[in-house]
Amino acid sequence: MSATAPNDVGMAPSGSMMRATLRFLSNRAAVMGLVIFLPILLAICTYSLWWPYGPNAIDLSALNQGPSMTHWLGSDGVGRDVFARLLQGGRTSLTVAVVSVVISTALGFLVGALAAFGGRFVDGTLMRLVDLAMTLPPVIFLLVLASIAGTGLFPTIMVIALLSWPVLSRMVRARLMELRERDFVVAARGMGAGIRHLLLRHGLPNCMDIIVVFATLQIANAVLLEAGLSFLGLGIPPPEASWGNMLNSARSSVVLEQYPWQWMFPGAALVLTVLAINFIGDGLRDAFDPRSDLN
Amino acid sequence: MDDLYLSVRNLTKHFQPSGFSRGPAVKALQDISFDIPRGQVVGLVGESGSGKTTIGRSILRLIEPTSGQVIMNGTDVVRLSARGLRRQRRKMQYVFQDPFASLSSRMTIGRILMEGLDIQRLGSKSDRQARARAALEMVELPEDAFDRFAHEFSGGQRQRIGIARALAMQPEFVVADEPVSALDVSIQAQVLNLLRGLQMRLGLTMLFISHDLAVVEYICDTVIVLYLGRIMEIAPAAELYARPRHPYTRALLSAIPTPDPIRRAKRQVLTGDIPSPANPPSGCVFRTRCPLAVDACATSVPPLREMVPGHSMACIRDEAII
Repeated sequence: MSATAPNDVGMAPSGSMMRATLRFLSNRAAVMGLVIFLPILLAICTYSLWWPYGPNAIDLSALNQGPSMTHWLGSDGVGRDVFARLLQGGRTSLTVAVVSVVISTALGFLVGALAAFGGRFVDGTLMRLVDLAMTLPPVIFLLVLASIAGTGLFPTIMVIALLSWPVLSRMVRARLMELRERDFVVAARGMGAGIRHLLLRHGLPNCMDIIVVFATLQIANAVLLEAGLSFLGLGIPPPEASWGNMLNSARSSVVLEQYPWQWMFPGAALVLTVLAINFIGDGLRDAFDPRSDLN
Repeated sequence: MDDLYLSVRNLTKHFQPSGFSRGPAVKALQDISFDIPRGQVVGLVGESGSGKTTIGRSILRLIEPTSGQVIMNGTDVVRLSARGLRRQRRKMQYVFQDPFASLSSRMTIGRILMEGLDIQRLGSKSDRQARARAALEMVELPEDAFDRFAHEFSGGQRQRIGIARALAMQPEFVVADEPVSALDVSIQAQVLNLLRGLQMRLGLTMLFISHDLAVVEYICDTVIVLYLGRIMEIAPAAELYARPRHPYTRALLSAIPTPDPIRRAKRQVLTGDIPSPANPPSGCVFRTRCPLAVDACATSVPPLREMVPGHSMACIRDEAII
């Protein structure tokens, strides 16, 4: 409704940004995603200030206890608080996701830009490389990379980052190639603009929609990848908590059957977070798409 | 002519098909030579696909010419190094045809006008602002346009902004690529008058590209008629309109709508389409549509010959013409 409001002259700062925001806010699923995700994020960021237990503190008087007033989500086999581990695991998972996405976004943009502006030979070489990276089966590629890089926070980040940039570089390349022929870019070249000016003043602002959408959806993807890697024992090694290695404990049939709180809660947190981020990403994509109309 | 500003010699541009496809090159420009005296406006007319825009862009090296020379005030622009070219770009500017595509929707008008000055790092920040504001004033736009966005302006206003962007660089030479053809007829006259006034006031040398012969007659000192990447005729504007010599020019001129029924009866209509520049006819490129064509036209490319001082044409059939 509000997006069809007459164009207010005066309140200029980027009319398209404004419209995108309005479109996003009128998307129910996206707003719901935001409502779910923000409290989770807040809890993850601040839990150490208000929750009495640390993620690796052992309480020998409470082994494998179910949810109670003291341990809200119960405790695990060595007496660690599941709630604290859940939130610490969220910290790890989201750190891995955000950092790897920042790296892969930067890498994807740079490769895309290089391909679009580097001339035919550079473009051909880079795009064949991207083809190769995209045709490799992702699970096997991931396992090979992970076994080379080893376990731990930093290797996990790198492995995920290296897996996900090719798609973005493709999209950025296509956008920049289209942009390159646009008159206002030709005008900038005609005034002597170098590649840096073209990329920063014209390329990046005009790729912002692609990047934002890619980044959000990729964060959800990276959370899942991290969980998968840690579940297989190739991501974040214990005793450090992550949602993936907490789920790992469910491999034991005793835990699976008798202590469901030890795997159900991290699983639920994972599903909920990924779902919420995906909704937000979809909302952003629709908000930036000028063809999507409000109904 | 002693005070020559721009001198184009044997400019040729062939577009090679890209990728793996091995088709023939598109011969967009073949052996183009002409001069522009300082402070004059030369018009470039021709049908779509005749290479008008390619000439304009090749001269400014927005596309790389295949061969030839473009001597601008003593420097060969084609041979310039990347650094030399960057400096040279201050002196030569381009005005685009489409006022909607030529302005970025994400920058304020002020930023658009200062973009070139920022790129060239000319003067201090306040100098650049002052120059951009002066350019805005030159094109008769209100001062508050400075902080607004392009989508808030009409086509005519946007075209003025495009002109202001070129003028903010204080160029010596401007290529105006159909600057009014995207505008309403009522706005065309305004923008045209503005451009003509600024050109005379600032002493600009200008290449004016258009397919509208009436517009060209109004603004240009000399007119070049282009067909399929080759020059057909060059003449002072008044002379060309009064005594066109080349059969193609005659056909073009007779295509201008006139309210006079007697002249209308004599209209000479060209049949067929302009041939593909990937596979142009041998000899004279116009012969496939020329009413005067004879066998000799197919054998060799007719050279551009000066018929009377200042008036040249490329046709071997001059006795049939007069």
